[in-house]
Amino acid sequence: MTQSKGKVVSVNGNLVSVQFEGPVSMNEICYVLVDGTKLKSEVIRIKGDIAQIQVYEMTGGIKFSDEVEFTGEMLSADLGPGLLGQIYDGLQNPLPVVAEQAGWFLERGVYADGLDMDKKWEFTPTAKVGDVLSAGEYFGTVPEGPFTHKIFIPFYLIGSFTVKSIAEKGEYDLKETVAVVTDERGKDIPLTMTFKWPVKRAVNCYSERLAPTETMETKVRLIDSFFPVAKGGTYCTPGPFGAGKTVLQHTTSKYADVDIVIIAACGERAGEVVETITEFPELIDPKTGRSLMERTIIICNTSSMPVASREASVYTSVTLAEYYRQMGLNVLLLADSTSRWAQALREMSGRLEEIPGEEAFPAYLESYIAAFYERAGYVRLPDGSTGSVTIGGTVSPAGGNFEEPVTQATLKVVGAFHGLSRERSDARKYPAIDPQISWSKYKCVINAKKSAFCKNILASGDEIGSMMKVIGEEGTTLADYITYLKAEMLDAVYLQQNSFDKVDADCSTFRQRYVTDKLVCVLGSDYALSSKDEARNFFNRMRQRFIDWNYAEFKSKEFEKLEAEIDALYREGSGIVGNEAELLLKDGD
Amino acid sequence: MNKVFNRIESIVGNVITVKATGVRYNELAEINTRFGKSLAQVNKIDGDTVSLQVFAGGKGISTDDEVRFLGHEMRVSFSEDLLGRIFDGSGEPRDNGPELSENMKTIGGPSVNPTKRILANRMMRTNIPMIDMFNTLVVSQKLPIFSISGEPYNQLLARIAMQAQADVIVLGGMGLKYDDFLYFKDELSKGGALSKTVMFIHTASDPTVECMMIPDMSLAVAEQFALQNKDVLVLLTDMTNYADAMKEIAITQEQVPSNRGYPGDLYSQLAARYEKAVDFADSGSITVLAVTTMPGDDVTHPVPDNTGYITEGQYYLKGGRIEPFGSLSRLKQNVNGKTRRDHRALMDAMIRMYSSYKETVEKKNMGFAMSRWDEKLLKYGILFEEKLMDLSVNLTLEEALDLGWEILADCFEKDETGIKSDLTDEFWPK
Repeated sequence: MTQSKGKVVSVNGNLVSVQFEGPVSMNEICYVLVDGTKLKSEVIRIKGDIAQIQVYEMTGGIKFSDEVEFTGEMLSADLGPGLLGQIYDGLQNPLPVVAEQAGWFLERGVYADGLDMDKKWEFTPTAKVGDVLSAGEYFGTVPEGPFTHKIFIPFYLIGSFTVKSIAEKGEYDLKETVAVVTDERGKDIPLTMTFKWPVKRAVNCYSERLAPTETMETKVRLIDSFFPVAKGGTYCTPGPFGAGKTVLQHTTSKYADVDIVIIAACGERAGEVVETITEFPELIDPKTGRSLMERTIIICNTSSMPVASREASVYTSVTLAEYYRQMGLNVLLLADSTSRWAQALREMSGRLEEIPGEEAFPAYLESYIAAFYERAGYVRLPDGSTGSVTIGGTVSPAGGNFEEPVTQATLKVVGAFHGLSRERSDARKYPAIDPQISWSKYKCVINAKKSAFCKNILASGDEIGSMMKVIGEEGTTLADYITYLKAEMLDAVYLQQNSFDKVDADCSTFRQRYVTDKLVCVLGSDYALSSKDEARNFFNRMRQRFIDWNYAEFKSKEFEKLEAEIDALYREGSGIVGNEAELLLKDGD
Repeated sequence: MNKVFNRIESIVGNVITVKATGVRYNELAEINTRFGKSLAQVNKIDGDTVSLQVFAGGKGISTDDEVRFLGHEMRVSFSEDLLGRIFDGSGEPRDNGPELSENMKTIGGPSVNPTKRILANRMMRTNIPMIDMFNTLVVSQKLPIFSISGEPYNQLLARIAMQAQADVIVLGGMGLKYDDFLYFKDELSKGGALSKTVMFIHTASDPTVECMMIPDMSLAVAEQFALQNKDVLVLLTDMTNYADAMKEIAITQEQVPSNRGYPGDLYSQLAARYEKAVDFADSGSITVLAVTTMPGDDVTHPVPDNTGYITEGQYYLKGGRIEPFGSLSRLKQNVNGKTRRDHRALMDAMIRMYSSYKETVEKKNMGFAMSRWDEKLLKYGILFEEKLMDLSVNLTLEEALDLGWEILADCFEKDETGIKSDLTDEFWPK
């Protein structure tokens, strides 16, 4: 294919119009030549002989009639062994390699291969000569960190292919041909261990999409027990600034029960990425016993990096997630924040002079957001195994108001909603997920009836609390006051969790079930309490014991000792289990 | 080499267009008007029509004024000679010193590679207890001072400039009242900090376009000092004026506004400036403190709202004090564990008590009877506000901590404070 060429005719921010000759395709990558540097860009609109392109770099210095080279390829990610542990920008340039070349700053026009092409990998063939394979099936494996990385027939190849030759077990780098396959017309295609895939297209080499049914443990009690997320599901975390969106995602990235975590820092603070980069290599993944970094990929396009590549970064991230899903792994993609991505769309739409929708966001905002979240899923792969991509996105609504377009568009397509509230975060309640507004369509790790029982207590407590603000403590009945205290206690000992404490932050499903049983018993009981003071005193003491209990290692000596103290206090208050709680406790998990 | 044009096609507000080719995006030009020379910057190229924003504004520009393109972007001279000097938004001296033209550096450069940053972990002392003790400022942090107009935010900045433990201070003033400019100049020279300070000042009466240059000029200079292993503190006032200047230009150029008239890229523009705050691996650092006035004390206004999403916390200036509740330094955990053993516990206890004091005041105002405990809290609150919160208080962190213990001891018994016994045993005044 001959590559088309063009000349710059107009510049407006990072939107450049190019007069071109020859064929040009939508979303094709091209380069603007400025003083010997090539600036990567993407075609986003074609009209007559004018292509409008968004430049992934700062556009200062571009002038009328500067040359533009079209590549004929769409924006693609390099897929192959060596992705894990990397720190990429939104266009998959490894930042440490860029730093070696350019120093302190992200100088424009400096690009590097997404994968180390010279690194040798221990290849083991799994297919033999004569085998017939199609896209998404694998013909070999290499070990990558704790995982078996499968080497696929490239996803873009259409039809079936016969293995003509395959390399023997041994060390190869990514440039070497490890197999030759013949297509249906008899043409030979040499394959290496890497190939490219256009990031804006979903990888669809699976046999069927299944409903997400298995819960993904995050070890956050409030999420797992009340507003769970399923493997292959989607969820969003909107909240005003300072409500703890990033901290919550950071905790999830450490403790979530998945194989691989991809962190897309999209238009957020660089300092937060530095924290992850500094901290993760030091932390041990309890599942594999290796450094947490070995299961993590960071895609960072922080707020001061060019806007157009911010848009690309979410697609790059989800493509890498889909790639590892194809190996039968469970992948969690955390995007922080999808609002910044939406804003990037808005900036571009404004420059394109499109008719603005609500708050000047483009009319296609909803369909873009929906298409992105739809790339999550739980799938059956050609070899019968399953894999999943779970997507969790934060949303940063302007003014903390959830009525705005990005939050609303997101809520339509996700399976769980964790709404953070300013009120809870101001009261230093972590996580600041508001139980009154959040919801989830997935299955929680504890018995659903127990979960509903607890939520009921929270709701009544909340109601009584707001009534008490008007009529005062004096005007509240003792029974109501006790319900209020129970809700307060439930909030303090179960909903709130200390993410800085190793034991408390890592609350397993078994522990959650065990503790809820105890809570259902304590909260579902009637006590011999004769006054409000007495009631407050009793529940304060109960609360303190539960909090201490949270910090004790599950089933340790300390744990048992503290549990005995809770039981003793329960007897002291002459607790009698109510009917509802009794039925629930018989119900098991 | 420099191209000269004599025909201006259109003049709308501060933006003019000329027919020209070979002109680069963001390039500077010089316009000769009957009122003297002004700089202008290319902000749009459409075929052979080039739009420029004129620094001195559009007023009085004639269609036959001479436009000369300079072939480079906006730059600023960098050397040690900058220290003690004052410039305007075009980089011209505002004091009577000589013009500087050596070692010109382009402003608004690319962002720092995140892998070249290091985790913020050094405290920056200011000797203001509400900062050092309760919301510690950390080297390389970016923090706004949210404030309503009328609050003494410039006085606060001037004090921080004089007392902060930084090698170089860069002060960027945007839309500054002339009195405030004089105030900064006088205070800094009185306090002896002028010799380590560079000022870029745009006053309210200067042209709008120059206002937009101030943060980039200030941060470009700061970056150069930081690369020479200096800890630089950049003070910006007021970022809302900066955002309003952007709004003005965007509307003039018929851009689609997004929220209350502000351009859709407000977040990215603000972030590009704030993200210059950095602690370089093996070199110096930039810390940014920026006043953001909140129109109508509304924190959901687009400017403070977008700022809050970018910065690492905020200082909330209200009633002449840094409010302990609205204020937050997100990075304080990185440093306040290694200052003094009692720092965190004392900070938490004092804030908790202060919050109880606030509740008691409310109860008192509603006419409820005051218990003995309430009386204690009332005494405590007043002492706390007077001795620690007042903006004129000037104490080192250690002095402030000692004073904190004294205040507690003055009002409460040891076990009423909820502080762990091993700390009260050591620090409780005898």
